[in-house]
Amino acid sequence: MTERLFEGADWDFRTLQRITDACEEVALKDLGLDVYPNQIEVITAEQMLDAYSSVGMPLFYKHWSFGKHFAFHEASYRKGLMGLAYEIVINSSPCISYLMEENTATMQTLVIAHAAFGHNHFFKNNYLFKQWTDAEGILDYLDFAKNYVMQCEERYGRIEVERTLDAAHALMSHGIDRYPGKKKLDLRAEEKRAGRRRQHEEEVFNDLWRTVPAGKSKSRSTLSIERRRKLLGLPQENLLYFLEKSAPRLAPWQRELLRIVRHIAQYFYPQSQTKVMNEGTATYVHYRIMTRLHQQGRITDGNFLEFLGSHTNVVFQPEFDDQRFSGFNPYALGFAVMQDIERIVANPEDEDREWFPDIAGKGDVMGVLRDVWANYRDESFIGQFLSPKLMRHFRMFHLHDDPEERAGIRVDAIHDERGFRRVRRELARQHDVGFIDANIEVVDVDLSGDRRLILHHHVIKGSQLNETDAKRVLQHLADLWTYDVALIEVDGNDKVLREYVVSPRPIPAAVA
Amino acid sequence: MAIHIIDRRLNPGGKSLENRQRFLRRAKSLVQGAVKKTSQERDIKDVLEGGEVTIPLDGMHEPRFRREGGTRDMVLPGNKKFIEGDYLQRQGQGSAKDSGPGEGDSEDAFRFVLSRDEFVDLFLDDLELPDLAKRKIAQTESEGIQRAGYTTSGSPANISVSRTVKLALARRIALKRPRKEEIEELEAAIAACTDEDERAELVAELERLKAKSKRIPFIDPLDIRYRRFEMVPKPVAQAVMFCLMDVSGSMSEHMKDLAKRFYMLLYVFLKRRYKHVEIVFIRHTDRAEEVDEQTFFYGPASGGTLVSSALQAMHEIVRERFNPSDWNIYAAQASDGDNSYSDGELTGLLLTEKILPVCQFFAYLEVGESGGSAFDLSDSSLWTLYERLRNGGAPLSMRKVSERSEIFPVFHDLFQRRETAQEKAAP
Repeated sequence: MTERLFEGADWDFRTLQRITDACEEVALKDLGLDVYPNQIEVITAEQMLDAYSSVGMPLFYKHWSFGKHFAFHEASYRKGLMGLAYEIVINSSPCISYLMEENTATMQTLVIAHAAFGHNHFFKNNYLFKQWTDAEGILDYLDFAKNYVMQCEERYGRIEVERTLDAAHALMSHGIDRYPGKKKLDLRAEEKRAGRRRQHEEEVFNDLWRTVPAGKSKSRSTLSIERRRKLLGLPQENLLYFLEKSAPRLAPWQRELLRIVRHIAQYFYPQSQTKVMNEGTATYVHYRIMTRLHQQGRITDGNFLEFLGSHTNVVFQPEFDDQRFSGFNPYALGFAVMQDIERIVANPEDEDREWFPDIAGKGDVMGVLRDVWANYRDESFIGQFLSPKLMRHFRMFHLHDDPEERAGIRVDAIHDERGFRRVRRELARQHDVGFIDANIEVVDVDLSGDRRLILHHHVIKGSQLNETDAKRVLQHLADLWTYDVALIEVDGNDKVLREYVVSPRPIPAAVA
Repeated sequence: MAIHIIDRRLNPGGKSLENRQRFLRRAKSLVQGAVKKTSQERDIKDVLEGGEVTIPLDGMHEPRFRREGGTRDMVLPGNKKFIEGDYLQRQGQGSAKDSGPGEGDSEDAFRFVLSRDEFVDLFLDDLELPDLAKRKIAQTESEGIQRAGYTTSGSPANISVSRTVKLALARRIALKRPRKEEIEELEAAIAACTDEDERAELVAELERLKAKSKRIPFIDPLDIRYRRFEMVPKPVAQAVMFCLMDVSGSMSEHMKDLAKRFYMLLYVFLKRRYKHVEIVFIRHTDRAEEVDEQTFFYGPASGGTLVSSALQAMHEIVRERFNPSDWNIYAAQASDGDNSYSDGELTGLLLTEKILPVCQFFAYLEVGESGGSAFDLSDSSLWTLYERLRNGGAPLSMRKVSERSEIFPVFHDLFQRRETAQEKAAP
């Protein structure tokens, strides 16, 4: 019989090493995973709170909002309102997993299997991560960002930098390229580029240029709308990108700050699109690894039961009328679909053959799963692999809430033959970022007139922007644009529902 | 594949301390309001203990484009009895409206914990000591060491290697000391040389170079530099705080408690502004004595009341131990206001002639029984006297206090930053 990895709940660093080796063996040989090199770091509760407040990254630039989050988390943690995560994992190469020191040996095994192999494989292989993130460069880039922000604070003043970052953060959710086409980010090159640009500026600086009288501004005959929009690259849904490239009066360092915030937003973009899949993959992997380790006799029955306890908590899905219900638990949904795929591939029923002709009974479970992990995101994953059996298992139903409808909320579809496809489509749509974020884009700039920036919000299903927040965000936007900004909410038929116009606040003279 | 396991637990904590400070700075006015509100409800012992405060989230809000309302579709788990086409009753007036304010509530008030230092900082932040002009260099703690360039002599421990080597290099280049490579080159040339004459010439050259490099040493005592340090006087402001209290029979425990609270606040406050703060306790009945803190607050005493005795005692202590040109002198007097009628004249004279001229600040705190209605009847004899002096131009601060909760506001009121007042005083 194979040697046990550990006894009881205690662990030390040699235990961690043994655990990791054992997990690695199962992950690579049995499951055929392909992972970045692992780096496992043991941290305290306070360090975990630190990590929470800087969106889980080990280093980040300084900003008051992170302090606010820290204060908030700390207060609720101290009061016992909130438990801390068992781990945090970072999409970088090497892939860094943080483990809490107070976890038991079983929990550490679970967490290593979950993060260092499950998430890690997903980060390395999923097409979205491959396309949008640069795992090798992210830590260096964050380091650069941190130093850059610090330097800006020294040169241009803390208040100025803070104002720019506030504005950039407000627009962060709209600082993302949603469609590929541009080349993949190379964050290391990005960092060098910024350094070179600054150096160039300093080398060629000559105060004389400032005193050269400017010629009469050329009044160009009004450009045709088409031409103008083309020149500015409109319509543009990446507001931060647009400002960085086209805002008339931003200082170079402000553009660089916008760029940094934009890159970071882009880095996190795949994570928001793959929550269910990412957690599902990690949960599935840890479940397989733990079961295997137990089969091999490397963990005791008692420890395996402890694992099952935690695992069950993680994949618990309260029903809609339960007090604990707060939407679908991505762990539960993801894990359930993964297991269901395993079942369909290995022992399909007739229904499955009808619904999933491509994979039903194919036999190679891991091959199919690896393919799924590599090529799907939440929306397409649910849209394709949520099986009728699973919909019955979760007893899913679809509600349609139209405020105009006096009779109440209509049950649109349930888990029956008539409803399967509609329920599935609707659930997939709920996980589509395209529907989650407001669809806002820059449509025009009044170049010949008052340079007003015009944005459109395409209202879907009558859901308009929250007024207070919209005004505040627009204020930030106007401050960066330095001229008026108008946001028009239009519905599908181009009917104007609401219009906001915001003027920039006067800028202090320091910004030149 | 190499796996790194790293123990980060010993890394220095407080990584997000700076973010926290930025947050506090930004939320300063809000937090300050909250701190004051909290401190009024607390005992003096706990008032500076830090703790949880709640601030409105107004200026701290991070706006995002959020959508709300409209038709909503949702897929939920756990269907038990619904079939397609059923209608569910909305709860109240539509769930969309319900969730709006609900989210708002949790966001509106923001609770977090302040550390002790943060709390004190914010608590005392908008307070200022009156008349900080008289800062004197104290005898002790005054010498500081500071780097001041380089010197040609000094202790070996202070040799500046980089500066020494730099000078040596400069000297060697200036005097054209032959480099090691040059000599080696020459030696190689000699070894390779076949012609006798040329060889002799080369050997002579080599000899010359060797002699020269011996004459010009690699490091000369001339090159050696030492780091120089200077003694710099460092200004250390010091203060003494006089606590004067009437302990005659008419002072009740409650009154003493009020006075104590006031003194403690004053002490904490001074402590933050001055490195060195001394406290002198003078209690008096019809005669005054300097006592320790325990006796001051809790020692039994009885007798009549002669305020002038305390002032006289203070005057003597100042003359003996605290030279007004070296010390910032603060005094706070607490009394229930009783004083012998005959003593008024002397008290007034002592105060205006001897005490006030040397004091930075003199506060008179008249404490009363809780309920405090007695104050409305008529002013006490001491109050009347001081008021007259103040109206005559004496720099006196005076307040009446009868409730614990009034201590903080009164204290705040006394030390509040008064830019306008200073401007007025300036011309």
